[in-house]
Amino acid sequence: MATAKLIHDPYNLIITGVGGQGNVLASRMLGNVLTSQGLWVTIGETFGASQRGGSVMSHLRVSADGSWSPQIPEGKAHMVLALEPLEALRVLVKYGNPQAKAIVNSRPILPVAAISGKAEYPATEELEGMLAQLTAQRWSIPATEKAMELGASIFANIIMIGALAATGDLPVSREGFEAELLRALGPAKVPTNLEAYDLGAAMVGG
Amino acid sequence: MQGQRRTMMGNQAITQGALEAGVRVAAGYPGTPSSEIIQNLANAADEHGLYVEWSINEKVSLEVAAAASLAGLRSLCAMKQNGVNVASDFLLHLAGSGIRAGMVLVHCDDPGALSSVNEGESRHFARMLELPLLEPSDFQEAKDMTKWAFELSEEIGNLVMLRSVTRLSHASGGVVPGTIPAPQGKARFDHHGTLLDKGHGPVSSSPVAYKHRLQQEKLARAVELFEDSPFNSYVGPESPELLVITSSICNLYVKEALALLDASGRVGVLKLGTTWPLPPKLLQRHLERCDRVLVVEEVIPFLEENVKIAAAEMAGEIGAKRFFGKRDGTLPAQGELNPDLVLKALAGILDLPYQARPKQYDRLAQELAPQATQERDLAFCPGCPHRASFWSLKEALALDARDGFICGDIGCYSLAMRPTGYGMLKTLLAMGSGAGMASGFGQFGRFGMDQPVMAVSGDSTFYHAVIPALINAVHQKSPMSLVVLDNSGTAMTGFQPHPGTEANAMGHPVPPVGIEAICRSLGAEVTVCDPFDLEATQTAALALLADQSTAKVLILRQACALSPQRKGTKPYDVKVDPEKCLGDQCGCNRLCTRVFGCPGLAWEKQSGKARIDEVICAGCGVCASVCPQGAIIKSERA
Repeated sequence: MATAKLIHDPYNLIITGVGGQGNVLASRMLGNVLTSQGLWVTIGETFGASQRGGSVMSHLRVSADGSWSPQIPEGKAHMVLALEPLEALRVLVKYGNPQAKAIVNSRPILPVAAISGKAEYPATEELEGMLAQLTAQRWSIPATEKAMELGASIFANIIMIGALAATGDLPVSREGFEAELLRALGPAKVPTNLEAYDLGAAMVGG
Repeated sequence: MQGQRRTMMGNQAITQGALEAGVRVAAGYPGTPSSEIIQNLANAADEHGLYVEWSINEKVSLEVAAAASLAGLRSLCAMKQNGVNVASDFLLHLAGSGIRAGMVLVHCDDPGALSSVNEGESRHFARMLELPLLEPSDFQEAKDMTKWAFELSEEIGNLVMLRSVTRLSHASGGVVPGTIPAPQGKARFDHHGTLLDKGHGPVSSSPVAYKHRLQQEKLARAVELFEDSPFNSYVGPESPELLVITSSICNLYVKEALALLDASGRVGVLKLGTTWPLPPKLLQRHLERCDRVLVVEEVIPFLEENVKIAAAEMAGEIGAKRFFGKRDGTLPAQGELNPDLVLKALAGILDLPYQARPKQYDRLAQELAPQATQERDLAFCPGCPHRASFWSLKEALALDARDGFICGDIGCYSLAMRPTGYGMLKTLLAMGSGAGMASGFGQFGRFGMDQPVMAVSGDSTFYHAVIPALINAVHQKSPMSLVVLDNSGTAMTGFQPHPGTEANAMGHPVPPVGIEAICRSLGAEVTVCDPFDLEATQTAALALLADQSTAKVLILRQACALSPQRKGTKPYDVKVDPEKCLGDQCGCNRLCTRVFGCPGLAWEKQSGKARIDEVICAGCGVCASVCPQGAIIKSERA
């Protein structure tokens, strides 16, 4: 099998969000699509207690040859796919660099400290401003709102994958993703998920 | 026949290796990061003719797996690091008696305590109990090494330990699967030989002098095999400036750090997969390469100390070495490692400059850091029964007004030590120790202690280690109350069944052994409540506190919000009536958001009133009972 070309090797992608947003499923599906292109994918994830309302990250290393560390070194993310805006900032502060790109779901999930009034969640414009300073290119998309229109907020992660594919940074094709949807979720769930993927792609690719 | 390369989770790779080795029996107790191993084998059980069980605890699981080995069936046992502590008494004796068919104990450590309340080290058991230890360093090796571990076990006639860590077990990477053999062989335990006949006699670690010598001979045979093992490899120049000795996932951190520093031409890396006992000839060949050695490993300096002992023994041949590692502070002695920590250590030793990103960007990121690091404290999920349970226990202890407290235990409800559970847990130690400690605290009225004590336990934890503690409390007449938070499965690790459930690991029907029946049989009074009914729960909890003359048990039963039966269902539509919510004008001082603190609630700044976040709300409706104004309205969904 011919191996797809990469713009960086390893290409470092961080998918981040809050426990329960479907981080793990998104990283696995993406990993499988890239593996089917003949690439090596190493994924580092957070599970268990950290899932319960905490910040979660999946580190994806995509390479033409071999496994890499399941933890991306600091300052070395090429792309941040954030299901929550404050988590995008958290990740960029540690793993960002002047060339980093980010796709950010614009809907905040308040930390318990913000709900109880012990801390303040940053205002939207302030957060957008900080994200702009830390990225070379950035897309802010209303993934949760679009997902709700499709019937459930959980589709946001698939919308984000569609958006990532549309950047053209990684060799993810609609056909490849459809095949993975069929394998992972079964035929009944393919149409809505594919619709979610297309919605995401349209918001980035135009 | 080799399959196509797939991206597999480390635990899945271990499962695949076991299946390729023809494993027939697997047992374990759930614990992050090990749980998927038994789960995957259970899923494959019917297809490949396996028997797989989630045992009541780790010790029993090891006993079940040992029985399989003695009956001639290859067996695997899996557990997290502290599970080995639980199983260790049996492990000591099994190591002395030896096994028959290949038997592998997979123990998964959690450096950095990513999902544990400890970062305990389980490699020491291999040295302490004189068993061979293997540590895979990537995903392919996790598969290949597991398969080989069964052959090694049969070759030497003893159990083999295989240690994984969270960043391998729960990470994923490329694995080329092999062929899974058809199941064969009839189970039979041969016991007619003499006590000294290891193949056919009764099984015991006695007579000790004889068996212990035999055990050490087995270990020596393992060392011979380790000398030529393909799982030990060297990459680097013939005579490097620095030799790195590493094992486990740290090997990938070293690879990454050397690539970033562009130092591969100066540093040699000896990656060891067979880490106890160390093969001395192999070690000597590589230690001779240079005078400086850095040992990269996680948790305790286990490898470092063993390398140093070996180096001291061969000092006459190899000369004195300068060692870097955990003991001299080159690498941190707590927490997990990552490529950056290894890079910093290497840059320091080699005197190399490193800048991950431009200084200006770094400064900017540091300035923004305080905003970004706003803590996202772990919280009970929306709709979690534990939030309601601890709310009621908090109310009951406050009304009781004797400064009573709760001894906690291990599970999702451990989070009740944090704000999400109102800081209600005052002790949090090992599995089952909430009830055990409460049984102790309860006795101290005789020394003037006038605080009532309660213990909480999950349903799976109840079976694992609480039952003996409860018997102790009943028998010793300790005035304590046990609250069992029964959420219908081993929720934290992914809904594994336990003895109270109606299906086993393989999905086959089994008779549930009910918690009520056990407690009543011990003579304890039992009350069962739905924690979502706050009033009934608080009344029941107060009754427990009012009369502690006998041991009492309160079972708070409501399925986990993420359980298969509840996930995705929303029994109520919940809304805040803005006419009724008095907002900041209410005397409640934002009780719903500031105190109750469910993630499904929010405080609207503009209106100064509460609102429900419909994306997050699970529709349990408990907050409707919390609002003193009755402003939170729940209506049943059609």
